Amino acid sequence: MAQTAVVERTPRTESVVSPAATISGGSRITFDNVSVAYGALTVLESLNLTVNPGEIVALIGPSGSGKTTALRAVAGFVRPSAGRILIGDRDVTYLAPYDRQIGMVVQNYALFPHMRVEENVAFGLRAHGAGEEVIRNRVPECLAIVGMSAYAKRYPRELSGGQQQRVAIARALAPKPQVLLLDEPLSALDAQIRRSMLDELAKLHRDLPNLTVLYVTHDQSEALTLANHIGIMRDGRLKAFGESQSLFRHPPNRFAAEFLGRANLLPVTDLRPDGGQMARVRFGQAMLSARNHHGIPADKECLLCIRPHDFRFSRAAEEPNSISGTVLSVQWQGDVQNITLNIGGEEARMTSAPMANPPRIGETIAVHFNPAEVTLVPEDAGRG
Amino acid sequence: MLVWSKPWRLAAWALTVPLFLVVYGLPVGVIVLAGFSGQWNDILPSNMTLVHYSRAFHTDSYDALKASLLTGVLASAAALLCGTWAALALRGMRGPSKRVLDLLFFIPSAVPSVSVGLALLVAFSKPPFLLNGTTWIVLIAHFILISAFTYGNVTAGLARIPADCEQVAESLGARPFYRLRRVTLPLLLPYLVGAFSLSFALSMGELGATVMVYPPGWVTLPVKIFALSDRGAIFDAATLATILGVATMVVLLGLSRLSTKAMVR
Ligand SMILES: Nc1ncnc2c1ncn2[C@@H]1O[C@H](COP(=O)(O)OP(=O)(O)OP(=O)(O)O)[C@@H](O)[C@H]1O
Ligand SMILES: [Mg+2]
Repeated sequence: MAQTAVVERTPRTESVVSPAATISGGSRITFDNVSVAYGALTVLESLNLTVNPGEIVALIGPSGSGKTTALRAVAGFVRPSAGRILIGDRDVTYLAPYDRQIGMVVQNYALFPHMRVEENVAFGLRAHGAGEEVIRNRVPECLAIVGMSAYAKRYPRELSGGQQQRVAIARALAPKPQVLLLDEPLSALDAQIRRSMLDELAKLHRDLPNLTVLYVTHDQSEALTLANHIGIMRDGRLKAFGESQSLFRHPPNRFAAEFLGRANLLPVTDLRPDGGQMARVRFGQAMLSARNHHGIPADKECLLCIRPHDFRFSRAAEEPNSISGTVLSVQWQGDVQNITLNIGGEEARMTSAPMANPPRIGETIAVHFNPAEVTLVPEDAGRG
Repeated sequence: MLVWSKPWRLAAWALTVPLFLVVYGLPVGVIVLAGFSGQWNDILPSNMTLVHYSRAFHTDSYDALKASLLTGVLASAAALLCGTWAALALRGMRGPSKRVLDLLFFIPSAVPSVSVGLALLVAFSKPPFLLNGTTWIVLIAHFILISAFTYGNVTAGLARIPADCEQVAESLGARPFYRLRRVTLPLLLPYLVGAFSLSFALSMGELGATVMVYPPGWVTLPVKIFALSDRGAIFDAATLATILGVATMVVLLGLSRLSTKAMVR
């Protein structure tokens, strides 16, 4: 499948500067058992991950989990202590960064302060020895892609953070790399600009559908918005990897469920298959239905993963899949309302539309959920 | 601003300005004035004259000025080149070897200049290293004394340039030399100018080592001033000291303008 993609793609992504160097096997990024260690400290452990051509893969995870390290290993700034890194079919593990044909955008943009915007964008072309004519055409083209044509003559210090970010992206795109590495590109921007830049990044990828993107962030909403696949890292290991929606809906372990979307996890017992992918489980006195997406065997202890927005208020306590809880707190947040419940000794979060008469603290209420929307998660896998 | 209220601020100024004038202004003023005086028996000099200046520019004093400027520029340029090279080469180094080399580079600035002069004299007065009596030995002495400062300045500068810029340049396809030329050195420019200025100022004022090694044909201004004042020609010495100060200042001001420009860009 990747092979056909390559054939379609070749004319578009052919490098303006050195067509001879066009990579065979497309722009797939492959981590093959990659480990990275700083002295005795292993910060990346046997990472196996593939980013298919034209895909956006987001790496998320808490601070210090090794996301940047993984990205810098692709760029060539950290050398793996074991394993291989491939771009297309080419083993780049021991290739110098300047031979990798990668575009990179870092958190603080790192524009060259002594060059005007247009010279910043032209840098990669000049470094590759492109002629003046190519530069004259390509630089305005790239500035137009990011909507910065009017700022060509400015110096970086005369730009706002968001504008600098656009220039950094234009600069990375100018030599037509097949792979773009983004390390928390939006984290230095304020929330509003971040949202609009996120839209623009999505649009950019629609316009350049063959660009393979590895996107590192600690913000799950960025990952969910942009990425086809998401990898969740912790302590130098990839704890979960999957297609964004299915990873969100059916997290494979406790950590993935908690990190991506802050799911509620209720410990349940007595798992019984209930036809198809469905199963019945016991939570305290209640028998509940849920999806057993991961095929957890009967009687195995597991967790019921319910997203805060999956809870609904029950009119009557007899409604199927109903559980009752005591209200611990109610918090109004404009367009949503957050309620914390004590359900059988577990603290659970619920979000709903704001109500004129929200439940009172200490009140016992019944909530239910649609069994097709909640998943059982194996208990042990996320530990350790 | 540490002092906020207006009366206190005035008081602070009232204290500082006279102190400043006495500590800095008085010696400089006396030197400048002495350069114009024919006689100085009272509080103020009498018989104001330009004869010392005329002598300064028409005798071997003028050669001394030229020698000083040339020595300063050449030694500083060489020190800048070597110091920058060393700083770049040792940049990525860590651990004990780095510390040993740092110490080695630091030694010349810690050893008294007279000792450096003496050491050079002893080391270079026999073949095959016979430099005694040549201009070279003065240049080498100055180079040794100032290169430590250049290395220190450039190393400090390297630590301060934005780290990611160079890596981004590399990922954009810049090979090491291209990156050095287009990114590292331009970012380093203010620090290079600063290092050169400091070296130049040090070299212009250097006496201790120079007086040990200078050959008859290469007398620097400080040596000349020392010799004149030793002979009792105080007013001529004061004239040369003023010229030395002004010449150094002019060069430093020029360089600082250059560095401001580089900073602003
Ligand atoms: N140069 C280095 N020397 C030693 N340890 C390092 C170095 N760089 C990173 N580390 C360590 O490697 C681990 C992973 O770092 P990394 O920068 O990849 O984390 P991250 O997931 O990007 O975190 P963040 O979200 O905070 O950026 C951390 O524990 C960090 O302390
Ligand atoms: Mg990071």
